Amino acid sequence: MIDPLIEVADSLRTHKVRTALAVLTVAWGIFMLVLLLGAGRGIQNGVELQFRDDAVNSIRIYQGKTTIAHNGLPRGRSISYNNEDYDLVRAKVAHVDKLTGRYYVGDNLVSYGGQQAAFDIRGVHPDHQYLEKTVLTDGRYINEFDLLERRKVCVIGAQVVARLFEDSESGRGPVGELLQLGGTVCQVIGVFTDAGSRREEEAVYLPVSTAQLLFGEPNRLHQLMYTVGDASYQESKDSEQQVRVLLASAHNFSPEDPRAARIYNNLDEYKKITDLFFWVRVFVAVVGVGTVLTGILAVSNIMVISVSERRREIGIRKAIGATPGSITRLIVLESVILTSIAGYIGLLASLGLLELLKATVPENEYMYQPDVNTFVVVAVTVLVIVSGTLAGYLPARRAAVIDPVEALQPS
Amino acid sequence: MIDLAGISKTYPMGQHRVHALSSISLGIGQGEFVAIQGSSGSGKSTLLNILGILDTPDSGTYTLDGHAIENLSTADAARYRNRFIGFVFQSFNLIHHKSALENVALPLYYQKIGRKKRNRIAMEYLERVGLEERAEHKPSELSGGQSQRVAIARALITEPALLLADEPTGALDTQTSEQIMQIFREVNTRGMTVVLVTHEPEIARQAQRSIVLRDGGILSDQVNRSSLT
Repeated sequence: MIDPLIEVADSLRTHKVRTALAVLTVAWGIFMLVLLLGAGRGIQNGVELQFRDDAVNSIRIYQGKTTIAHNGLPRGRSISYNNEDYDLVRAKVAHVDKLTGRYYVGDNLVSYGGQQAAFDIRGVHPDHQYLEKTVLTDGRYINEFDLLERRKVCVIGAQVVARLFEDSESGRGPVGELLQLGGTVCQVIGVFTDAGSRREEEAVYLPVSTAQLLFGEPNRLHQLMYTVGDASYQESKDSEQQVRVLLASAHNFSPEDPRAARIYNNLDEYKKITDLFFWVRVFVAVVGVGTVLTGILAVSNIMVISVSERRREIGIRKAIGATPGSITRLIVLESVILTSIAGYIGLLASLGLLELLKATVPENEYMYQPDVNTFVVVAVTVLVIVSGTLAGYLPARRAAVIDPVEALQPS
Repeated sequence: MIDLAGISKTYPMGQHRVHALSSISLGIGQGEFVAIQGSSGSGKSTLLNILGILDTPDSGTYTLDGHAIENLSTADAARYRNRFIGFVFQSFNLIHHKSALENVALPLYYQKIGRKKRNRIAMEYLERVGLEERAEHKPSELSGGQSQRVAIARALITEPALLLADEPTGALDTQTSEQIMQIFREVNTRGMTVVLVTHEPEIARQAQRSIVLRDGGILSDQVNRSSLT
């Protein structure tokens, strides 16, 4: 076993420049392949950061108008939701994890001290915190007791604090202060930030029951939102369909009507993006493999030159008893060892660079944590060995059929 | 030992076919020392290639040491060459990136003999040709005579039944040629069959038997009286 390796090492040592060039082309190909795959992963990680704002597995149900006549009722009927819908979804729909209704308050002026500004005022259930990935920086969020007792309390965004409390002389935080809104007074119980955008922080949340009571629509919801926990994409689509059927029967519209209840599944968007990235990865892999192939062709070319330069040597070997098979093995082994060394160098270099990028590039939405997994490393190793064999095979066949009589002609 | 019967070989040359050998029959006994002479184009190289199983005749039969040499696969031909035949060439044909020792040991590599063992045997053969001190030298560091002695050691290491030499002294001066011929005579004395091709009459005279070829046929085949003494 060791003897052929010594033969190969011997031959590679004799042709240092040629060996170095071949190693360089293949190493460069592997380097680019792995780097591109890692970068593709990095871009994907960056885009996934953009989904941090909302729960990825959320389903949002908006009001709509019917577009199909149903049970003698005409088209164009507005559908609006109520507290029973909330209870129905909670009780009957599969995979519901966190669930909230939303009630939008029309009058959106908020004042504190001498300051007044307009903000989104929304009545919500306690689970709303998870759906919007709201992060509390002070105080607490709305809870079940606030809902039951219709407490006049509110949770306000960081932008609200910045606008209303900027010249506050009290020196105390906003929690515990009283805000004027919609002709009544609410006590601030919490302050939040949102990873999504500043816009999300310009909101005031009330317990949904309080908001409904204050604005005179005690059984009205504008929107329902829920998460499906760790349900699969298909389970989430099933759950979405259950909601549609349920609401259709409650509000007497056709379950085939896509516009009566407008349901948006965040997983649809997420799946579009992940599908897109699948194709990005395919593209990157094709480009990368192309680069590797170029390297392999270079090796094959170099092996062809090597064989023609060594015609005489091969002729001598055959005259003293080398079988065609042993010549083929010698050349193929040489090619495989050459590409393996090169592949290993390229792999180490690219993994090293990816580690460096991972450690130094800060969190951003374009490129984050570029990386390749073990599968890629194993696949690249197999690719290198297989392509090394192929690169060596044709030149090796040419070497094997060299006629010793011709090769040994005095030149 | 060697039995050739009706061996013919033609080569394409433009639109014609040239008769390199036409119906040669020849017997060479065990332990003979035969010189084949002839001008260029007489067919002597073709005959040597056929004897060495490097080339196959178009027709005729060749029996070597009791084995019929016909319809061999290239792999089988390689094995026969390795086991039965040692080659010595005019241009030495050493592998330039290997040391003298490695060159001598190479035929044993193709017999799958371990590195240590074949290097030990190779060293014995280098000693026999008086070059043990040059074992680690590359062919480029050896003189012509030394290179040819390394090549002879390589031809002998498998203890072949037949030693074939193609103009072995063609590239050497008279004094060095004499040393090389001395080795051939020694080898022959120990019982090895030696066939050498030469165009130099003074080299041919040192063989026991001298065959002269012309135009692909045997012109003369005689025993040298001088060599018998």
